[in-house]
Amino acid sequence: MNRADLRHMAEAERERQERLRCRIMVCAGTPCLTAGALSILDSLREALDESRLAVEIEAVACGCMGPCSRGPLVKVRQQGKKEIIFERVTPDLARQILFSLVKGRRPPTVSALPHDFPFLARQMKVVLANSGSIDPERVEEYVAAGGYGALAHALHEMTPEDVCREVSVSGLRGRGGGGYPTGVKWNLARKAPGERKYVVANGDEGDPGAYMDRSVMESDPHRILEGMALAGYAIGAEQGFIYVRGEYSLAGRRLEAAIRAAERTGLLGSRVLGSNFNFRIDIRTGAGAFVCGEETSLMASIMGRRGQPRQRPPYPAQRGLWGCPTLINNVETLATVPAIIGKGGKWYAGIGSAASKGTKVYALAGQVAIAGLIEVPMGTTLREVVFAIGGGIPGGKRFKAAQSGGPSGGCIPAGELDTPLDYESMQRIGTIMGSGGLIIMDETSCMPDVASFFLDFCRDESCGKCSPCRVGTVEMHRLLRRITGGAATMDDLAKLEELCELVGAASLCGLGMTAPNPVLSTLRYFRDEYVEHISRHRCAAGVCSMAEVPAGPEQEALVHATGVAGEEA
Amino acid sequence: MSVVTLTIDDELVSGRHGETLLQVIREHGMELPTLCHMEGLSERGGCRLCIVEVEGSLRPVPACSTVAQEGMVVRTATDRLIRYRRMIVELLFAERNHYCAVCVSAGNCELQTVAATLGVDHVRYEYLSPRLTMDLSHERFGIDHNRCILCTRCVRVCDEVEGVHTWDVSCRGVRSRVIADLNHPWGRSETCTSCGKCVQVCPTGALFAKGAAVGEMVKDAGMLTRVIEGRDKKGWNE
Repeated sequence: MNRADLRHMAEAERERQERLRCRIMVCAGTPCLTAGALSILDSLREALDESRLAVEIEAVACGCMGPCSRGPLVKVRQQGKKEIIFERVTPDLARQILFSLVKGRRPPTVSALPHDFPFLARQMKVVLANSGSIDPERVEEYVAAGGYGALAHALHEMTPEDVCREVSVSGLRGRGGGGYPTGVKWNLARKAPGERKYVVANGDEGDPGAYMDRSVMESDPHRILEGMALAGYAIGAEQGFIYVRGEYSLAGRRLEAAIRAAERTGLLGSRVLGSNFNFRIDIRTGAGAFVCGEETSLMASIMGRRGQPRQRPPYPAQRGLWGCPTLINNVETLATVPAIIGKGGKWYAGIGSAASKGTKVYALAGQVAIAGLIEVPMGTTLREVVFAIGGGIPGGKRFKAAQSGGPSGGCIPAGELDTPLDYESMQRIGTIMGSGGLIIMDETSCMPDVASFFLDFCRDESCGKCSPCRVGTVEMHRLLRRITGGAATMDDLAKLEELCELVGAASLCGLGMTAPNPVLSTLRYFRDEYVEHISRHRCAAGVCSMAEVPAGPEQEALVHATGVAGEEA
Repeated sequence: MSVVTLTIDDELVSGRHGETLLQVIREHGMELPTLCHMEGLSERGGCRLCIVEVEGSLRPVPACSTVAQEGMVVRTATDRLIRYRRMIVELLFAERNHYCAVCVSAGNCELQTVAATLGVDHVRYEYLSPRLTMDLSHERFGIDHNRCILCTRCVRVCDEVEGVHTWDVSCRGVRSRVIADLNHPWGRSETCTSCGKCVQVCPTGALFAKGAAVGEMVKDAGMLTRVIEGRDKKGWNE
């Protein structure tokens, strides 16, 4: 395939879509699928077959549209009319929508979202531009939406240095949580000496409550492939790996299908788009370890070794997979690159705040009226995200805090609602941007209990290589459980804080270094809650049992020694 | 070979290019506690006892896996580092069942020595007291998981020196446990050559020769260097 073929493919697909009277897009992302999207699709297709309308109306499985808690979502695109999104669609409702279209009647309005629905209207979609409007399983639709245009442009009109420069100009920073300037990383990998280089897309998203990467992989897999190919061209790599979390089977399947389709059409493989650039991509599936999202563990896992981190430096750009220079970027970072190359780094740098450019995808979850996936410019305030976009707190409750960055991040209290969400501001208030999970909590959440939840997660996910993280997280969790159980003393709180310091300072990798963050940030803003638990044996939120269970060996159950084959419990 | 000059604890010292901080520190006769490090094996950087402060670096770094660089300013014994090291040792004692009074290695145990050197006289953290077993199925050796600190010297010596990789680690986090083959009893391991290197490198009483009573298990500290030197000089060819 060359550039002319790519153009033909796009035109042919656009013409095909324009010939249709109407396209009904059913969201086939994981949240909508679990809500029953497949039966809606089946019932629509059945109805289309029965009424012989399949030539003029098409029912398509598409990617995520955003307001996931309102699923299943169905979008109707009619020629020359504004598109309508219907929420909480049932198979019956879907048929009604279809027949109202056929007969030219007004569609049922019961479940239609208004055109100026703030959840959708206030967003700015760059990474999610195609999510919810193309069929992720058809490469033609991605191409028709302008896909692979940036790759073609880069391969024929830009040098690798130009590509790196454009990414540097854009000011893009790592979206996996680190916030390292992507352009700098690419230049390091480009300049690193080595005959063989690799590009790795990190899709091992593990933060509780976060699913931005899954959604991008499910809804727009070709965007990631294009970003990886651009990265490969920029640094001189011919092989890429996508590391997909084992739990994300749908994302893995769609990526695999996308890779096959791209290879078949000559968009990947040998002589990509008629140039001298060769690039292949393989999928590696994780086996359920959170720590494998850390880049050195991820590389160990790709190489078939035990998923444990190692000391950096050397960084992956110096010594990565099989000792070769390796560029590791988060899936969302790579998915941003086609837009940057397509529209220019300057355009991207024009979005966002002073030091944090562009847009960021967040997964809104927890006690918020509309939970789902949003993409907003960097520097948008938390207040706007929670109240304007997310629709506020349901049930007339009060906003208490938002946990950002999952177990590695911290909480943002109500007093900081007007903090702009960007790397610097979030760091200033003691949390991190992280991968983009935002868990909204209302007054029914108890902060020591929240900290205990995240510590339990880190304790369970610690790989066990370094002793501060392996044992320290267990001890911290035990101390937190004493606090939430009502058996703690002020001495325990002091011990907890000292352990936080040790684990944060002396651990080997990012998992351990950031594991104390939920405790530190809840202590920073909600210290009185901890003190209230300890000295007054009271949990204001009414979450903790405060049953005064002393941490004796019986209750503690010594669970961690069990579960090994061949050993008695 | 080029030389690097750096400052360690206000003393100007030199090291060979490519040497780790730990090597430079030990060459100059300075003390730094370690547990997972062993001369002749690859570095693991897991026990975190050898952490040192390097000027310009936000967090302490492990001396064993940090390469010495020109002009580095290193501190090995600040109050903070000593406090951290004590805490790490306390955590190691709390993790499993280290009862020195009934241990075959009492008096010859590196964990015990490190604790005594650092002045750890009690453990402030809750003992996890896991219910762990011993594996005595091997005819000459035994493994007592209660004493294991997961330094993985045994795993590394088995893989890197003996070359059979009988030992490895199963599970993760605090549940991690050293296993033989695919979690088989040691005595039924098909790969184990019964060379006993793992027993000699084990810093605690986790791996021991059968028949040793309390305090009788003395590890041969020079074994590994002898084996590696002999191998390099082909000392056993004749």
